[in-house]
Amino acid sequence: MNINLTLIGQSIAFAVFVWFCLKYVWPPILNALEARRTRIADGLAAAAQGLRAKEEAQSQIEEELQATKEQAREIISNAQRRAGEIVDEAKSDARVEGGKLIDAAKAEIDQQIHQAREALRGEVVALAVSGAEQVLMREVDTAAHEEALGKLAAQL
Amino acid sequence: MAAQTPSEYIQHHLQNLVLGVHPEHGLGFAHSAAEARAMGFWAIHVDTMLWSVGLGALFLWLFRKVAVTATSEVPGGFQNFVETIIEFIDDNVRGTFTGKNDLVAPIALTLFVWIFLMNTMDLVPVDWIPWLASLVGVPYMKVVATTDPNATFGMSLSVFALTIYYSIKVKGAGGFFGELAFQPFPKFLFPVNLFLEGISLISKPVSLSLRLFGNLYAGEMIFILIALLYSGGFWWGLAGGALQWGWAVFHLLIVTLQAFIFMILTIVYLDMAHSHH
Repeated sequence: MNINLTLIGQSIAFAVFVWFCLKYVWPPILNALEARRTRIADGLAAAAQGLRAKEEAQSQIEEELQATKEQAREIISNAQRRAGEIVDEAKSDARVEGGKLIDAAKAEIDQQIHQAREALRGEVVALAVSGAEQVLMREVDTAAHEEALGKLAAQL
Repeated sequence: MAAQTPSEYIQHHLQNLVLGVHPEHGLGFAHSAAEARAMGFWAIHVDTMLWSVGLGALFLWLFRKVAVTATSEVPGGFQNFVETIIEFIDDNVRGTFTGKNDLVAPIALTLFVWIFLMNTMDLVPVDWIPWLASLVGVPYMKVVATTDPNATFGMSLSVFALTIYYSIKVKGAGGFFGELAFQPFPKFLFPVNLFLEGISLISKPVSLSLRLFGNLYAGEMIFILIALLYSGGFWWGLAGGALQWGWAVFHLLIVTLQAFIFMILTIVYLDMAHSHH
Protein backbone atom coordinates (compact mmCIF):
# COMPACT_ATOMS: atom_id res chain seq x y z
CA MET A 1 0.00 0.00 0.00
CA ASN A 2 3.04 2.25 -0.09
CA ILE A 3 3.22 5.05 -2.57
CA ASN A 4 6.37 4.48 -4.60
CA LEU A 5 7.88 4.49 -8.07
CA THR A 6 4.80 2.64 -9.34
CA LEU A 7 2.99 5.98 -9.24
CA ILE A 8 5.34 7.44 -11.83
CA GLY A 9 5.31 4.23 -13.86
CA GLN A 10 1.52 4.26 -13.94
CA SER A 11 1.45 7.91 -14.97
CA ILE A 12 3.83 7.21 -17.83
CA ALA A 13 1.81 4.17 -18.91
CA PHE A 14 -1.37 6.24 -18.81
CA ALA A 15 0.20 9.02 -20.85
CA VAL A 16 1.46 6.55 -23.46
CA PHE A 17 -1.93 4.87 -23.70
CA VAL A 18 -3.72 8.18 -24.13
CA TRP A 19 -1.22 9.26 -26.77
CA PHE A 20 -1.64 6.00 -28.69
CA CYS A 21 -5.41 6.26 -28.41
CA LEU A 22 -5.37 9.87 -29.61
CA LYS A 23 -3.09 9.04 -32.51
CA TYR A 24 -4.11 5.62 -33.76
CA VAL A 25 -7.43 4.52 -32.27
CA TRP A 26 -9.86 7.38 -31.90
CA PRO A 27 -9.61 9.22 -35.26
CA PRO A 28 -9.94 6.25 -37.66
CA ILE A 29 -12.91 4.73 -35.84
CA LEU A 30 -14.66 8.06 -35.45
CA ASN A 31 -14.01 8.87 -39.11
CA ALA A 32 -15.52 5.55 -40.11
CA LEU A 33 -18.55 6.29 -37.95
CA GLU A 34 -18.87 9.75 -39.44
CA ALA A 35 -18.53 8.38 -42.98
CA ARG A 36 -21.20 5.78 -42.29
CA ARG A 37 -23.49 8.42 -40.85
CA THR A 38 -23.04 10.50 -44.00
CA ARG A 39 -23.68 7.48 -46.21
CA ILE A 40 -26.83 6.57 -44.35
CA ALA A 41 -28.08 10.15 -44.55
CA ASP A 42 -27.30 10.23 -48.28
CA GLY A 43 -29.03 6.92 -48.80
CA LEU A 44 -32.14 8.07 -46.97
CA ALA A 45 -32.20 11.30 -48.95
CA ALA A 46 -31.81 9.36 -52.21
CA ALA A 47 -34.64 7.02 -51.18
CA ALA A 48 -36.89 9.98 -50.40
CA GLN A 49 -36.01 11.56 -53.73
CA GLY A 50 -36.71 8.29 -55.54
CA LEU A 51 -40.09 8.08 -53.85
CA ARG A 52 -40.89 11.62 -54.87
CA ALA A 53 -39.81 10.95 -58.46
CA LYS A 54 -41.95 7.82 -58.50
CA GLU A 55 -44.97 9.78 -57.31
CA GLU A 56 -44.36 12.43 -59.94
CA ALA A 57 -44.07 9.80 -62.65
CA GLN A 58 -47.26 8.18 -61.39
CA SER A 59 -49.21 11.42 -61.61
CA GLN A 60 -47.74 12.13 -65.05
CA ILE A 61 -48.73 8.69 -66.23
CA GLU A 62 -52.25 9.26 -64.96
CA GLU A 63 -52.41 12.62 -66.69
CA GLU A 64 -51.24 11.16 -69.97
CA LEU A 65 -53.61 8.25 -69.64
CA GLN A 66 -56.47 10.69 -69.10
CA ALA A 67 -55.44 12.73 -72.15
CA THR A 68 -55.13 9.61 -74.26
CA LYS A 69 -58.56 8.41 -73.20
CA GLU A 70 -59.99 11.79 -74.01
CA GLN A 71 -58.36 11.69 -77.42
CA ALA A 72 -59.61 8.19 -78.11
CA ARG A 73 -63.12 9.19 -77.13
CA GLU A 74 -62.92 12.18 -79.47
CA ILE A 75 -61.63 10.03 -82.32
CA ILE A 76 -64.40 7.53 -81.80
CA SER A 77 -67.11 10.19 -81.71
CA ASN A 78 -65.62 11.85 -84.79
CA ALA A 79 -65.63 8.53 -86.55
CA GLN A 80 -69.23 7.89 -85.56
CA ARG A 81 -70.31 11.30 -86.77
CA ARG A 82 -68.40 10.82 -90.00
CA ALA A 83 -69.97 7.42 -90.50
CA GLY A 84 -73.42 8.92 -90.03
CA GLU A 85 -72.60 11.64 -92.49
CA ILE A 86 -71.32 9.15 -95.02
CA VAL A 87 -74.47 7.04 -94.69
CA ASP A 88 -76.64 10.12 -95.06
CA GLU A 89 -74.67 11.28 -98.04
CA ALA A 90 -74.94 7.85 -99.61
CA LYS A 91 -78.66 7.80 -98.99
CA SER A 92 -79.22 11.17 -100.58
CA ASP A 93 -76.91 10.30 -103.46
CA ALA A 94 -78.79 7.10 -103.99
CA ARG A 95 -82.09 8.95 -103.87
CA VAL A 96 -80.87 11.48 -106.43
CA GLU A 97 -79.45 8.78 -108.64
CA GLY A 98 -82.63 6.74 -108.38
CA GLY A 99 -84.71 9.79 -109.31
CA LYS A 100 -82.44 10.40 -112.29
CA LEU A 101 -82.78 6.78 -113.41
CA ILE A 102 -86.56 6.96 -113.04
CA ASP A 103 -86.67 10.20 -115.03
CA ALA A 104 -84.50 8.72 -117.76
CA ALA A 105 -86.66 5.60 -117.93
CA LYS A 106 -89.82 7.74 -118.06
CA ALA A 107 -88.31 9.84 -120.82
CA GLU A 108 -87.40 6.77 -122.76
CA ILE A 109 -90.84 5.31 -122.25
CA ASP A 110 -92.40 8.57 -123.46
CA GLN A 111 -90.12 8.60 -126.42
CA GLN A 112 -90.95 5.02 -127.28
CA ILE A 113 -94.64 5.71 -126.86
CA HIS A 114 -94.24 8.67 -129.14
CA GLN A 115 -92.30 6.65 -131.67
CA ALA A 116 -94.83 3.87 -131.58
CA ARG A 117 -97.61 6.39 -132.03
CA GLU A 118 -95.81 7.96 -134.95
CA ALA A 119 -95.24 4.56 -136.49
CA LEU A 120 -98.81 3.63 -135.85
CA ARG A 121 -99.97 6.88 -137.44
CA GLY A 122 -97.86 6.19 -140.48
CA GLU A 123 -99.20 2.71 -140.72
CA VAL A 124 -102.78 3.90 -140.18
CA VAL A 125 -102.29 6.44 -142.97
CA ALA A 126 -100.75 3.81 -145.20
CA LEU A 127 -103.64 1.48 -144.34
CA ALA A 128 -106.15 4.21 -144.99
CA VAL A 129 -104.49 5.05 -148.28
CA SER A 130 -104.42 1.43 -149.37
CA GLY A 131 -108.06 1.08 -148.24
CA ALA A 132 -109.00 4.13 -150.27
CA GLU A 133 -107.10 2.82 -153.26
CA GLN A 134 -108.97 -0.38 -153.12
CA VAL A 135 -112.25 1.58 -152.85
CA LEU A 136 -111.40 3.88 -155.71
CA MET A 137 -109.74 1.16 -157.66
CA ARG A 138 -106.93 3.42 -158.41
CA GLU A 139 -103.67 4.62 -157.01
CA VAL A 140 -103.78 7.52 -154.75
CA ASP A 141 -101.01 9.99 -155.15
CA THR A 142 -99.74 10.35 -151.65
CA ALA A 143 -97.65 13.30 -152.51
CA ALA A 144 -100.73 15.13 -153.77
CA HIS A 145 -102.63 14.41 -150.63
CA GLU A 146 -99.81 14.92 -148.36
CA GLU A 147 -101.49 17.65 -146.38
CA ALA A 148 -104.75 15.83 -145.96
CA LEU A 149 -103.01 12.71 -144.82
CA GLY A 150 -100.92 14.65 -142.39
CA LYS A 151 -104.01 16.17 -140.85
CA LEU A 152 -105.57 12.77 -140.61
CA ALA A 153 -102.59 11.31 -138.95
CA ALA A 154 -102.52 14.20 -136.46
CA GLN A 155 -106.07 13.49 -135.47
CA LEU A 156 -105.33 9.97 -134.48
CA MET B 1 -2.13 -21.92 2.03
CA ALA B 2 -3.47 -24.29 4.65
CA ALA B 3 -0.76 -23.46 7.14
CA GLN B 4 -1.63 -19.76 7.23
CA THR B 5 -3.79 -18.08 9.80
CA PRO B 6 -6.66 -16.06 8.35
CA SER B 7 -4.89 -12.81 9.08
CA GLU B 8 -1.74 -14.01 7.32
CA TYR B 9 -3.86 -15.15 4.39
CA ILE B 10 -5.49 -11.74 4.08
CA GLN B 11 -2.24 -9.86 4.44
CA HIS B 12 -0.62 -12.07 1.86
CA HIS B 13 -3.37 -11.23 -0.61
CA LEU B 14 -3.05 -7.51 0.03
CA GLN B 15 0.71 -7.39 -0.50
CA ASN B 16 2.07 -6.28 -3.84
CA LEU B 17 5.05 -7.84 -5.53
CA VAL B 18 7.68 -5.19 -4.81
CA LEU B 19 10.93 -4.88 -6.68
CA GLY B 20 13.43 -2.51 -5.15
CA VAL B 21 16.73 -2.01 -3.36
CA HIS B 22 16.58 -3.27 0.24
CA PRO B 23 19.08 -1.61 2.54
CA GLU B 24 20.42 -5.01 3.62
CA HIS B 25 19.56 -7.51 0.86
CA GLY B 26 20.23 -5.25 -2.12
CA LEU B 27 18.18 -5.31 -5.37
CA GLY B 28 15.46 -7.92 -5.44
CA PHE B 29 11.84 -8.80 -4.67
CA ALA B 30 10.54 -8.09 -1.19
CA HIS B 31 9.62 -11.27 0.67
CA SER B 32 7.55 -9.62 3.36
CA ALA B 33 5.59 -6.46 3.98
CA ALA B 34 8.36 -5.19 6.24
CA GLU B 35 10.97 -5.67 3.53
CA ALA B 36 8.71 -3.87 1.07
CA ARG B 37 8.36 -0.94 3.45
CA ALA B 38 12.12 -0.81 3.97
CA MET B 39 12.64 -0.32 0.23
CA GLY B 40 11.06 3.14 0.47
CA PHE B 41 9.94 5.20 -2.51
CA TRP B 42 12.41 3.84 -5.05
CA ALA B 43 10.68 0.52 -5.43
CA ILE B 44 8.13 -0.63 -7.96
CA HIS B 45 5.06 -2.83 -7.79
CA VAL B 46 5.84 -5.29 -10.54
CA ASP B 47 2.43 -6.96 -10.43
CA THR B 48 0.53 -3.68 -10.68
CA MET B 49 2.70 -2.53 -13.57
CA LEU B 50 2.48 -5.84 -15.42
CA TRP B 51 -1.27 -6.25 -15.11
CA SER B 52 -2.15 -2.64 -15.83
CA VAL B 53 0.20 -2.29 -18.79
CA GLY B 54 -0.80 -5.73 -20.06
CA LEU B 55 -4.50 -4.90 -19.91
CA GLY B 56 -3.90 -1.44 -21.38
CA ALA B 57 -1.97 -3.04 -24.23
CA LEU B 58 -4.78 -5.56 -24.72
CA PHE B 59 -7.28 -2.71 -24.92
CA LEU B 60 -5.18 -0.73 -27.41
CA TRP B 61 -4.43 -3.83 -29.49
CA LEU B 62 -8.11 -4.76 -29.77
CA PHE B 63 -9.22 -1.22 -30.58
CA ARG B 64 -6.32 -0.65 -32.96
CA LYS B 65 -7.27 -3.80 -34.84
CA VAL B 66 -10.73 -2.37 -35.40
CA ALA B 67 -9.33 1.09 -36.21
CA VAL B 68 -7.13 -0.36 -38.97
CA THR B 69 -10.00 -2.14 -40.69
CA ALA B 70 -12.74 0.35 -39.81
CA THR B 71 -14.87 1.16 -42.83
CA SER B 72 -18.19 2.81 -43.40
CA GLU B 73 -19.50 -0.52 -44.70
CA VAL B 74 -21.74 -2.75 -42.61
CA PRO B 75 -19.69 -3.37 -39.43
CA GLY B 76 -18.85 -6.89 -38.29
CA GLY B 77 -19.46 -8.25 -34.81
CA PHE B 78 -16.40 -6.97 -32.98
CA GLN B 79 -16.26 -3.70 -34.90
CA ASN B 80 -19.85 -3.15 -33.87
CA PHE B 81 -18.98 -3.73 -30.23
CA VAL B 82 -16.02 -1.33 -30.35
CA GLU B 83 -18.09 1.27 -32.17
CA THR B 84 -20.79 1.02 -29.51
CA ILE B 85 -18.19 1.83 -26.83
CA ILE B 86 -16.72 4.66 -28.91
CA GLU B 87 -20.15 6.17 -29.51
CA PHE B 88 -21.00 5.85 -25.82
CA ILE B 89 -17.83 7.74 -24.89
CA ASP B 90 -18.36 10.26 -27.67
CA ASP B 91 -21.91 10.97 -26.50
CA ASN B 92 -20.72 11.51 -22.95
CA VAL B 93 -17.89 13.79 -24.01
CA ARG B 94 -20.17 15.80 -26.29
CA GLY B 95 -22.79 16.07 -23.57
CA THR B 96 -20.43 17.05 -20.78
CA PHE B 97 -17.46 18.78 -22.35
CA THR B 98 -18.41 22.15 -23.77
CA GLY B 99 -15.00 23.31 -24.97
CA LYS B 100 -13.04 22.23 -28.00
CA ASN B 101 -10.22 19.79 -27.31
CA ASP B 102 -9.50 16.63 -29.30
CA LEU B 103 -7.57 15.13 -26.40
CA VAL B 104 -10.55 14.74 -24.09
CA ALA B 105 -12.36 11.94 -25.91
CA PRO B 106 -9.28 9.68 -26.20
CA ILE B 107 -8.54 10.29 -22.50
CA ALA B 108 -12.10 9.35 -21.63
CA LEU B 109 -11.98 6.23 -23.79
CA THR B 110 -8.64 5.13 -22.36
CA LEU B 111 -9.76 5.70 -18.78
CA PHE B 112 -13.09 3.94 -19.18
CA VAL B 113 -11.88 0.81 -20.94
CA TRP B 114 -8.59 0.56 -19.07
CA ILE B 115 -10.17 0.95 -15.62
CA PHE B 116 -12.96 -1.41 -16.63
CA LEU B 117 -10.47 -4.09 -17.65
CA MET B 118 -8.36 -3.62 -14.51
CA ASN B 119 -11.47 -3.76 -12.32
CA THR B 120 -12.72 -6.85 -14.11
CA MET B 121 -9.67 -8.77 -12.90
CA ASP B 122 -11.40 -8.62 -9.52
CA LEU B 123 -13.88 -11.21 -10.77
CA VAL B 124 -11.15 -13.81 -11.23
CA PRO B 125 -11.24 -15.98 -8.10
CA VAL B 126 -8.71 -14.46 -5.69
CA ASP B 127 -6.46 -17.51 -5.34
CA TRP B 128 -6.06 -18.63 -8.95
CA ILE B 129 -3.43 -16.28 -10.26
CA PRO B 130 -1.45 -15.91 -6.98
CA TRP B 131 -1.36 -19.73 -6.79
CA LEU B 132 -0.05 -20.02 -10.37
CA ALA B 133 2.51 -17.32 -9.54
CA SER B 134 3.63 -19.16 -6.42
CA LEU B 135 4.26 -22.26 -8.55
CA VAL B 136 6.93 -20.34 -10.46
CA GLY B 137 8.36 -18.90 -7.26
CA VAL B 138 6.75 -15.46 -7.24
CA PRO B 139 5.85 -14.70 -3.58
CA TYR B 140 3.12 -12.09 -4.11
CA MET B 141 0.72 -11.35 -6.94
CA LYS B 142 -2.03 -8.76 -6.74
CA VAL B 143 -3.91 -8.91 -10.04
CA VAL B 144 -6.32 -6.00 -9.59
CA ALA B 145 -4.21 -2.94 -10.40
CA THR B 146 -6.93 -0.52 -9.28
CA THR B 147 -6.63 -1.83 -5.69
CA ASP B 148 -3.16 -0.27 -5.69
CA PRO B 149 -3.38 3.46 -4.88
CA ASN B 150 -0.30 3.98 -7.01
CA ALA B 151 -2.34 3.08 -10.07
CA THR B 152 -5.36 5.19 -9.22
CA PHE B 153 -3.23 8.17 -8.14
CA GLY B 154 -1.12 7.74 -11.26
CA MET B 155 -4.22 8.35 -13.36
CA SER B 156 -5.86 11.00 -11.20
CA LEU B 157 -2.66 13.04 -10.82
CA SER B 158 -2.13 12.90 -14.59
CA VAL B 159 -5.67 14.21 -15.01
CA PHE B 160 -4.94 16.83 -12.33
CA ALA B 161 -1.81 17.95 -14.17
CA LEU B 162 -3.86 18.25 -17.36
CA THR B 163 -6.54 20.35 -15.66
CA ILE B 164 -3.87 22.71 -14.28
CA TYR B 165 -2.21 22.90 -17.69
CA TYR B 166 -5.45 23.68 -19.53
CA SER B 167 -6.65 26.08 -16.84
CA ILE B 168 -3.51 28.15 -17.31
CA LYS B 169 -3.55 27.73 -21.08
CA VAL B 170 -7.19 28.76 -21.50
CA LYS B 171 -7.56 31.40 -18.79
CA GLY B 172 -3.94 32.50 -18.43
CA ALA B 173 -2.00 32.26 -15.20
CA GLY B 174 -3.71 35.41 -13.89
CA GLY B 175 -7.17 34.19 -14.77
CA PHE B 176 -6.54 30.84 -13.12
CA PHE B 177 -5.19 32.53 -9.99
CA GLY B 178 -8.15 34.91 -9.99
CA GLU B 179 -10.50 31.95 -10.09
CA LEU B 180 -8.77 30.56 -7.02
CA ALA B 181 -8.37 33.81 -5.10
CA PHE B 182 -11.27 36.14 -5.91
CA GLN B 183 -14.25 33.88 -5.25
CA PRO B 184 -16.55 32.97 -3.60
CA PHE B 185 -15.89 35.91 -1.20
CA PRO B 186 -14.96 39.50 -2.14
CA LYS B 187 -11.40 40.26 -3.19
CA PHE B 188 -10.13 41.57 0.14
CA LEU B 189 -10.78 38.15 1.68
CA PHE B 190 -8.50 36.51 -0.87
CA PRO B 191 -6.52 34.41 1.66
CA VAL B 192 -9.75 32.72 2.73
CA ASN B 193 -10.74 32.25 -0.89
CA LEU B 194 -7.36 30.82 -1.75
CA PHE B 195 -7.57 28.40 1.15
CA LEU B 196 -11.08 27.21 0.26
CA GLU B 197 -10.49 26.96 -3.47
CA GLY B 198 -7.11 25.35 -2.90
CA ILE B 199 -8.69 22.61 -0.83
CA SER B 200 -11.41 22.11 -3.42
CA LEU B 201 -8.74 21.93 -6.14
CA ILE B 202 -6.57 19.41 -4.29
CA SER B 203 -9.55 17.34 -3.24
CA LYS B 204 -10.47 16.62 -6.86
CA PRO B 205 -7.61 14.24 -7.74
CA VAL B 206 -7.58 12.80 -4.22
CA SER B 207 -11.27 11.97 -4.23
CA LEU B 208 -11.09 10.79 -7.83
CA SER B 209 -8.41 8.21 -7.09
CA LEU B 210 -9.51 7.25 -3.58
CA ARG B 211 -13.07 6.61 -4.74
CA LEU B 212 -11.91 4.09 -7.30
CA PHE B 213 -9.29 2.63 -4.99
CA GLY B 214 -11.68 2.37 -2.04
CA ASN B 215 -14.45 0.68 -3.98
CA LEU B 216 -12.18 -1.88 -5.57
CA TYR B 217 -10.11 -2.45 -2.44
CA ALA B 218 -13.25 -3.10 -0.43
CA GLY B 219 -14.60 -5.40 -3.13
CA GLU B 220 -11.34 -7.31 -3.25
CA MET B 221 -11.33 -7.53 0.52
CA ILE B 222 -14.79 -9.07 0.54
CA PHE B 223 -13.74 -11.61 -2.10
CA ILE B 224 -10.77 -12.50 0.13
CA LEU B 225 -13.00 -12.87 3.19
CA ILE B 226 -15.40 -15.04 1.21
CA ALA B 227 -12.45 -17.13 0.03
CA LEU B 228 -11.54 -17.74 3.68
CA LEU B 229 -14.78 -19.70 4.02
CA TYR B 230 -13.44 -22.37 1.67
CA SER B 231 -11.08 -23.56 4.43
CA GLY B 232 -14.00 -24.04 6.84
CA GLY B 233 -15.25 -27.40 5.56
CA PHE B 234 -17.84 -28.49 3.02
CA TRP B 235 -20.87 -26.49 4.14
CA TRP B 236 -18.91 -23.33 4.70
CA GLY B 237 -17.30 -23.84 1.32
CA LEU B 238 -20.71 -24.22 -0.33
CA ALA B 239 -21.93 -21.04 1.35
CA GLY B 240 -18.72 -19.34 0.24
CA GLY B 241 -19.33 -20.40 -3.35
CA ALA B 242 -22.85 -18.95 -3.29
CA LEU B 243 -21.63 -15.75 -1.65
CA GLN B 244 -18.79 -15.37 -4.12
CA TRP B 245 -21.18 -15.73 -7.02
CA GLY B 246 -23.61 -13.22 -5.53
CA TRP B 247 -20.89 -10.70 -4.73
CA ALA B 248 -19.39 -11.13 -8.21
CA VAL B 249 -22.75 -10.28 -9.78
CA PHE B 250 -23.05 -7.20 -7.61
CA HIS B 251 -19.42 -6.36 -8.24
CA LEU B 252 -20.05 -6.30 -12.00
CA LEU B 253 -22.09 -3.20 -11.31
CA ILE B 254 -19.33 -1.61 -9.23
CA VAL B 255 -16.69 -2.48 -11.83
CA THR B 256 -18.62 -0.71 -14.60
CA LEU B 257 -19.90 2.12 -12.45
CA GLN B 258 -16.50 3.04 -11.03
CA ALA B 259 -14.93 3.06 -14.50
CA PHE B 260 -17.78 5.27 -15.71
CA ILE B 261 -17.57 7.64 -12.72
CA PHE B 262 -13.82 8.06 -13.11
CA MET B 263 -14.27 8.82 -16.81
CA ILE B 264 -17.16 11.25 -16.43
CA LEU B 265 -15.53 13.15 -13.55
CA THR B 266 -12.36 13.47 -15.60
CA ILE B 267 -14.41 14.99 -18.40
CA VAL B 268 -16.12 17.33 -15.92
CA TYR B 269 -12.79 18.47 -14.44
CA LEU B 270 -11.34 19.09 -17.87
CA ASP B 271 -14.47 20.97 -18.84
CA MET B 272 -14.13 23.17 -15.74
CA ALA B 273 -10.54 23.85 -16.74
CA HIS B 274 -11.74 25.06 -20.15
CA SER B 275 -14.67 27.21 -19.12
CA HIS B 276 -14.67 30.66 -17.58
CA HIS B 277 -16.67 31.29 -14.47
